[in-house]
Amino acid sequence: MKRFIATLAALAALATPALAAEGETHAPENHDWSWEGPFGTFDDRQLQRGLQVYQEVCASCHSMDLLSFRNLGQPGGPFEYLPDPEHEGELITFANPNDNPVVMEIASRYTYTEIDLETGEEMERQGIPADRFPNPYANDAQAAASNGGAAPPDFSVIVKARSGGADYIRSLLLGYDYEVPEDVTLLPGQHYNPYFPGGVLAMGPQLFDGAVPYADDTPQTAEQYAEDVVAFLAWASEPHMEQRKRMGLGVMIFLLIFAVLMWLAYRQVWANVKH
Amino acid sequence: MSHQSTYEPKTGIEKWLDSRLPIVRLGYDSFVDFPTPRNLNYWYTFGGILAVFLVIQILSGVVLAMHYVPHVDHAFDSVERIRRDINYGWLIQSMHANGASFFFVAVYLHMFRGLYYGSYKAPREVLWIIGVVIYLLMMAAAFMGYVLPWGQMSYWGATVITNLVGALPVVGEGIREWLWGDFAVGNATLNRFFSLHYLIPFLIAGLVILHIWALHVPGNNNPTGVEVKGKGDTLPFHPYYTVKDGFAIVVFLMIFAGFVFYLPSVLGHADNSIEANPLVTPAHIVPEWYFLPFYAILRAVTFDFGPISAKLGGVLAMFGAIGVLFALPWLDRSPVKSMRYRPIAKWCFLIFVIACLGLGWCGAENPDNMVFEFGGIGMPFVVLSQILTAYYFIYFLVILPVLGFVEKPKERPESIEASVLGSSPAAAPAE
Repeated sequence: MKRFIATLAALAALATPALAAEGETHAPENHDWSWEGPFGTFDDRQLQRGLQVYQEVCASCHSMDLLSFRNLGQPGGPFEYLPDPEHEGELITFANPNDNPVVMEIASRYTYTEIDLETGEEMERQGIPADRFPNPYANDAQAAASNGGAAPPDFSVIVKARSGGADYIRSLLLGYDYEVPEDVTLLPGQHYNPYFPGGVLAMGPQLFDGAVPYADDTPQTAEQYAEDVVAFLAWASEPHMEQRKRMGLGVMIFLLIFAVLMWLAYRQVWANVKH
Repeated sequence: MSHQSTYEPKTGIEKWLDSRLPIVRLGYDSFVDFPTPRNLNYWYTFGGILAVFLVIQILSGVVLAMHYVPHVDHAFDSVERIRRDINYGWLIQSMHANGASFFFVAVYLHMFRGLYYGSYKAPREVLWIIGVVIYLLMMAAAFMGYVLPWGQMSYWGATVITNLVGALPVVGEGIREWLWGDFAVGNATLNRFFSLHYLIPFLIAGLVILHIWALHVPGNNNPTGVEVKGKGDTLPFHPYYTVKDGFAIVVFLMIFAGFVFYLPSVLGHADNSIEANPLVTPAHIVPEWYFLPFYAILRAVTFDFGPISAKLGGVLAMFGAIGVLFALPWLDRSPVKSMRYRPIAKWCFLIFVIACLGLGWCGAENPDNMVFEFGGIGMPFVVLSQILTAYYFIYFLVILPVLGFVEKPKERPESIEASVLGSSPAAAPAE
């Protein structure tokens, strides 16, 4: 039997063609994120900076169709708590995120076209918290045509939609400083990034030191931008993560106590029975 | 049911009802007073766990169906809407998706338990066959359920699996179109999958009732495989097994909750968070983990066999792997039920379990990848899956029939009571 298996294996090895040599894909670099682990949460300030990076850099090509402005002010969102204008050092929150002034202000920066129900004409109006994030393109065809044939992916669930998640996206954003291997040929408009499967992608490096002016004293480096925008995208992919973990703790404690009680009941019931 | 009913209606309403529809008597005889072997171990708790998960899946599924939109343009977004905007939708959706996985964990353990203790043998053949039908329906429900979120793996998984039917000679392509309701997987397919996905759990619930009925006529098997002979062998189901099953259910729910709350997407595939796109094929199409062993068997057949093409051969092998379970009660010729007393079968069974796990591993890998490789010699996964597939069928079609004649079983206890009290030399501790 052993010899038979060895023969089979040898035959199979001969029959398998050598893998085509091409740029090797790097495994994403592991990064410590604030939201990892059973108690990890998002850092609101980081989500706010990440939103800024998304809006100033990524949003010119990447949509986030599933997000509304009101999501930014909901529990667990970047603007859930705002500094209280009347009492310094204290925070306020809004039961209805549509009343959140920061959310209203962000939404109002955009204009939306809709049909005036009185006249049937198109009219422009200011954005409100209930509006979705605007899509940079009028339609998918335009998105593809403006980007060499492939539409940039929507970012609503991008962290869930990529194997490697947050680590992968951070590595990709910072992974352009590698020399192009000899067996990789780049066409015009293509870039080399060893973290991208296959190594060749249309998106070039986007984050440069100092490109996004932060209001606070957070370092304005490409590394920091990448970390912040990935944090924001991770929140957007699963806005109820903090609620999920909080409830999970209660459920686990409940089930643990329940299990102990059931075990004691089991011991009691079976105490005098041979089994 | 097989035992004498001891139910005595006490209140007026119970007496009134008992002479019209003795449903309270049925419940009492089945789940309170039912005589159950006193030596059932924790492997016997998965039946109760499965019942709990059927209820979890139906309840969470009914709520999800209130918000889900079975249309190719809206399905993906409607699932995300459930996760984002519906009150506790993230919880219900996660329970339903992870619940499917845990349903399969429990059913596999339940089936391996039945295989080890010979629970499929006379007089429980019908019980076993109903169980296999339930398992088939579970697979159909899980497959169609995975299509509903309309992600990339949903779409491409549906395409790969429905295309298998097309491999059947003559009628294959017609059946495939009939399944699709179109000339490709599309909106018609999604609609009917949703309809059937809602129907099947209720068929399963009906079969579960038959399964319990078929269990309660001969009564439970037990780890010794020796049938119940007297009153000393059994205990009433309640409180002894309600409390034991209850403890096991809570422990199992803890593991389930760990996934729902802390690892909600670890059992899924990242590509299914990308909306289905018929123009972009994922690099690597894989089914959910609970189908991987069968996927490996499907891909293990890489050669034509007479008039049977490799593709059709793979399909036949995959369905045969489940079909052989129907014949199992008649394939195993040994009069001894429990493998505790079958020294050779025990090891063959252990290898069978390892082979099933190994097939799962093969199903997750690209067939051309290497299991191991050194000095230019290696074995690709396709070869490993061929070896394990061969063992899978040899176990059922050769080992079990032949062992019935050649294996010398160990001495069995005279009765369950004797094994528990240790009066028989062959008695083993029950737990």
